[in-house]
Amino acid sequence: MASGTPIIEARNVTKVYTMGDQQVHALRGVDLQIAPGEFAAIMGPSGSGKSTLMNLIGALDQPTSGELLIEGQGLSTMRADDLADLRNQTLGFVFQQFNLLPRANALQNVKLPLRYARHETVDADARARECLELVGLGERMDHRPAQLSGGQQQRVAIARALAGRPRIILADEPTGALDTKTSADIMELLVKLNATGITIILVTHEAEVANFARRKIHFRDGLIESDERRAA
Amino acid sequence: MKFSVALASAVEALFANLLRSFLTMLGIIIGVASVMTMMAMGDGAKQRIDEQISALGASTLTLRPGSMRRGGRSLGAGAAKPFTESDIKVLSSLPYAHAVSGQLSTSVTAVSGQTNWSTSLTGTDDAYFEIHAWPAVEGRLFTPREVRTGAAVAVIGKSIVENLFDGTDPVGQRLRVNNVPVTVIGILEEKGQSSFGSDRDDVIFIPLTTARNRVIGAHRTTPKNVSRIEVMVADDYDLKQAQDELGEFMRERRGIKAGGNDDFMVFNIADFVRARSAAQETLGMFLTIMAGVALFVGGVGVMNIMLVSVTERTREIGLRMALGARGSDIMIQFLTEATVLCGVGGLIGIILGYAGSLIAAKAGDWTFSMSPQITLISLGASVIVGLFFGYFPARRAARLNPIDALRYE
Repeated sequence: MASGTPIIEARNVTKVYTMGDQQVHALRGVDLQIAPGEFAAIMGPSGSGKSTLMNLIGALDQPTSGELLIEGQGLSTMRADDLADLRNQTLGFVFQQFNLLPRANALQNVKLPLRYARHETVDADARARECLELVGLGERMDHRPAQLSGGQQQRVAIARALAGRPRIILADEPTGALDTKTSADIMELLVKLNATGITIILVTHEAEVANFARRKIHFRDGLIESDERRAA
Repeated sequence: MKFSVALASAVEALFANLLRSFLTMLGIIIGVASVMTMMAMGDGAKQRIDEQISALGASTLTLRPGSMRRGGRSLGAGAAKPFTESDIKVLSSLPYAHAVSGQLSTSVTAVSGQTNWSTSLTGTDDAYFEIHAWPAVEGRLFTPREVRTGAAVAVIGKSIVENLFDGTDPVGQRLRVNNVPVTVIGILEEKGQSSFGSDRDDVIFIPLTTARNRVIGAHRTTPKNVSRIEVMVADDYDLKQAQDELGEFMRERRGIKAGGNDDFMVFNIADFVRARSAAQETLGMFLTIMAGVALFVGGVGVMNIMLVSVTERTREIGLRMALGARGSDIMIQFLTEATVLCGVGGLIGIILGYAGSLIAAKAGDWTFSMSPQITLISLGASVIVGLFFGYFPARRAARLNPIDALRYE
């Protein structure tokens, strides 16, 4: 299955946090390859290093040692501005707490990443509408986050992640703040997006949520404990 | 990121916290308004001084006999040998002298009918009115012939007309100055108060010879004396240079040896007024600096609030970075906010400063002056304050680590 260049690759990645005089080893030498088009769930108890790995993949943080590659490019050699462009063009983030701007309506929230797009000229308005329609919120574009339910807010956040036409979506506990029914809806949306070819990395500690993914990677104490694939 | 987008989001962020934005702006508003008022006041004062100088004769040099020492004792101003009419004649032939006038002055009691009035009398020539650009509004001025022959004629100021003639037309009427009868031939244009506070229209002019021979009396030892000579310097001559040359010329003429003390003074009125206004200018500059300090303090307030704003919005900054904002995007966002804050404050301050200057000019009776430069400087100063004090908070925002910012509680 994993043929050709992996879209995400971790090579012997470690991450050590210093908290006071204590050193916390969040990752202790992780090797991982994710092929284009995969839907992988990273699981594990809290403190196992799954969120740390997610932040490293998202170029939001730097590893203590080892190398991360996105589409074959090593992140350690890239400048801060190039990393910002990478987050803008290649990656899309979905957070547990949605992280929408409270004063902006749905459409304005979805347009936000397009503000920082440098290399292409797009009709931000049209693109944002398209993305909101894709997540089923075509009727609520001028609603503010406070006027939307949790599930709807997460849909807006997913539309925002899609606005830059990313090849990878990084979802960190996307259903953590939602009820079971809404969680299933959101997961089905992610499955649908995965079917269009977008690679999806999902961090979760809920088994039902992880079951939507075709690959489950378990972390424990900063190392991969198990890595299982399910036939498509 | 496009500038218009940054501007729109800055305005939106400021509106989101309207009261705080306004309170922060207040410092800038007060600062700009006071800078503007002080600069306008300084400008108005300067303009008024310039007006006074040109009214006094901007290119006129005045000669007066100076102090003299005899046996180590100073005899005081005016004690030296007076000038004479022949000095006037000689000075008139100098290349830089456009016009030369001599004067003799005294206090007199003027009487017309039953009314009397204490005033000052000046004996002079026709050149005087040319030097002082002082035309007659009724009747006429002296002719050279009247000056030469010592005719019993007088040209009077507006205040004399009011105080002695009470509404009737004085031209052609008789007037007695210290019991010497003269005929009024002209009324001078109104000049108003001098910068020294005296009424420049409370004056009677008669020909120089008439004044010397019939009213004042000639000097003990020097016949044909004049107490003061005014030289109007030709336009194409430098005033300072003419002043030096005139001093040298008179020193030679009065036989003063090299190294000896001058027994006369050459000065120009403009220097005099400028010296008087120097204290005023110093005060004005001091006030402008104080206003600048107020603006600076306003800027510190802006910096303080921007730092609070950066801290409050740390998560938002982290989110923006996660969505692909570069450090420079964040920097521009906060710099724009600080600059818009100060710019809007500056605009309000300019309106207040304009109103303040207008009111102060009315109340203080000085010339209202509001040049476009002052407005531009004020606006520019507020924008620069915004950029300067916004830089540090903006840089702090731009340097945040994305993951730390995103996780900030």
